[in-house]
Amino acid sequence: MSLHELTIAQARELLDKKEISSKELTSSVFDQIERVEDKVDAFLTISKDEAEEQADAADKRIAAGDISPLTGIPLAIKDVICTKGVRTTCASKILENFIPPYDANVMEKLNAQGAVMVGKSNMDEFAMGASTEFSGFKPTKNPWDLSRIPGGSSGGSAAAVAADMCIGSIGSDTGGSVRQPASHCGVVGMKPTYGRVSRYGLVAFASSLDQIGPFGKSVEDVAVLMNAISGFDERDSTSIKEDVPDFTKSLSEGMKGMKIGLPREYFEAAGLDEEVKQLVNVAIDKLVEMGAEKVEISLPQTEYVVSVYYIIAPCEASSNLARYDGVRYGKRADDAESMIDMFRKSRSRGFGDEVQRRIIIGTYSLSSGYYDAYYGKASQVRTLIIEDFKDAFEKCDVMVSPVAPEPASLIGEMSGDPLKMYTADIFTVSANLAGIPGMSVPCGFTKSGLPVGLQIMGKHFNEEALIKTAYNYEKAAGINGKKPVL
Amino acid sequence: MAITKDDILHVANLARLEMDNTRLDEFSTQLGEILGYVEKLNRADTEGVSPTSNAMALSNAFREDVVRPHLTNEDALSNAPENEDGSFLVPKVIT
Repeated sequence: MSLHELTIAQARELLDKKEISSKELTSSVFDQIERVEDKVDAFLTISKDEAEEQADAADKRIAAGDISPLTGIPLAIKDVICTKGVRTTCASKILENFIPPYDANVMEKLNAQGAVMVGKSNMDEFAMGASTEFSGFKPTKNPWDLSRIPGGSSGGSAAAVAADMCIGSIGSDTGGSVRQPASHCGVVGMKPTYGRVSRYGLVAFASSLDQIGPFGKSVEDVAVLMNAISGFDERDSTSIKEDVPDFTKSLSEGMKGMKIGLPREYFEAAGLDEEVKQLVNVAIDKLVEMGAEKVEISLPQTEYVVSVYYIIAPCEASSNLARYDGVRYGKRADDAESMIDMFRKSRSRGFGDEVQRRIIIGTYSLSSGYYDAYYGKASQVRTLIIEDFKDAFEKCDVMVSPVAPEPASLIGEMSGDPLKMYTADIFTVSANLAGIPGMSVPCGFTKSGLPVGLQIMGKHFNEEALIKTAYNYEKAAGINGKKPVL
Repeated sequence: MAITKDDILHVANLARLEMDNTRLDEFSTQLGEILGYVEKLNRADTEGVSPTSNAMALSNAFREDVVRPHLTNEDALSNAPENEDGSFLVPKVIT
């Protein structure tokens, strides 16, 4: 096994025993990047010099016995997270040359542990999309089939883990942007409870839905990353003062007494691929074999979730993205005749089509005369969606379902039809609307070799139940270790 | 409530986006479809239901109003397209 193929847990053990150094591990990761990045295009910026310095510093810490769980571990960071001194573009031409003067809270935490950042990973522009095709720079390819999308918006972070171009990574999830690419790329991904991880330094898309989350090669790695990034931060006014448990304590065997809910509407959804449905059902049977109790539940508002999301998210985006005006940072059109003309030209040239579509939808839905019919109505139905989940969680501890209705689509297959693309988010957007945690764990491959993920959702601040369920499934299924051929 | 080209031009102006004819044609078709799809919300019974703007039902987060170090002037200006004398420089507003 090459070093870049290691999980965080495996690398930790070898690093601590001094059998390998972070320098060797990091160098193996960069060899892999050198070998496959041209095919996958997972990165927008590769920070090799900084990474080598961080690896040296980590080796010194390890030698001195000053070891944290992520000391010396090479990670990829989604390019929506501010990294001091390292270009952060959000995959947008408007931020092509933006170099943050400060670190996001998650970067402070990862840096304090002595993690190594290999680079900034590709994404849909401003996290708007589910395929990474809407990157303003280049599409990322799925390591399992280079003609297909890796999912999105955190497609680069998921593909980099799947292709062993990092040991773990960080993404963000506004409507499924960690879980869906994790499912499509065959890695583990988690969207924590809203408020669990600070959004300070996460470039805002839809502030009431955005949440940072990790990707790993195993459930254990995701638990380790969750330990590292969680916690209250007063600089994010929606961060929540809630004790952070040691998530690795949930890596324990046994599903006895655990009630797993199957949302009827998800399994009956039009467009749910038969193969995906079957793989998910087999995974559920496995959980039942291990002692879990299967409970049928209902989420009657499911038919409305995509509509609610595609009003609320663009509304919040249209407000958040007003800040890109060419004044304080970002691209400025230099041929403008007036201030307003400068705003208009800078924004129109800097933002891609999907971002402009969403700004228009959001501005329209918030504008005078339409506010009640769109934003107001969607916010009321959001309340009903939250009540659906409250009722359902009276009957079960976690919910299990597919992550996406279909495996990864071909590049170009959906990008011309935004509505079709939006409706594929049906199983993931609810967790963001309700603020609950969600996870994707690999549950097998289609006949044509594409990975499929099992989604596990839980109650607010009960990520532990998700990790426990995913860990037990992962152990029983024994599908760990299969790698894409690149 | 179909979205018209005039609506899109009006909203584009509010959002400070340029709208040429090609994009206007494309957007009016796509946005028409998207807004047509979300119309299904009208079927949901929301009589007496309060709106949710934050799923965690948070109230205001207060803190003491104290001066603390943050970005230096130099850092704050480090990404500015143009700056002068410690300030952001913009095109002439009054001509």
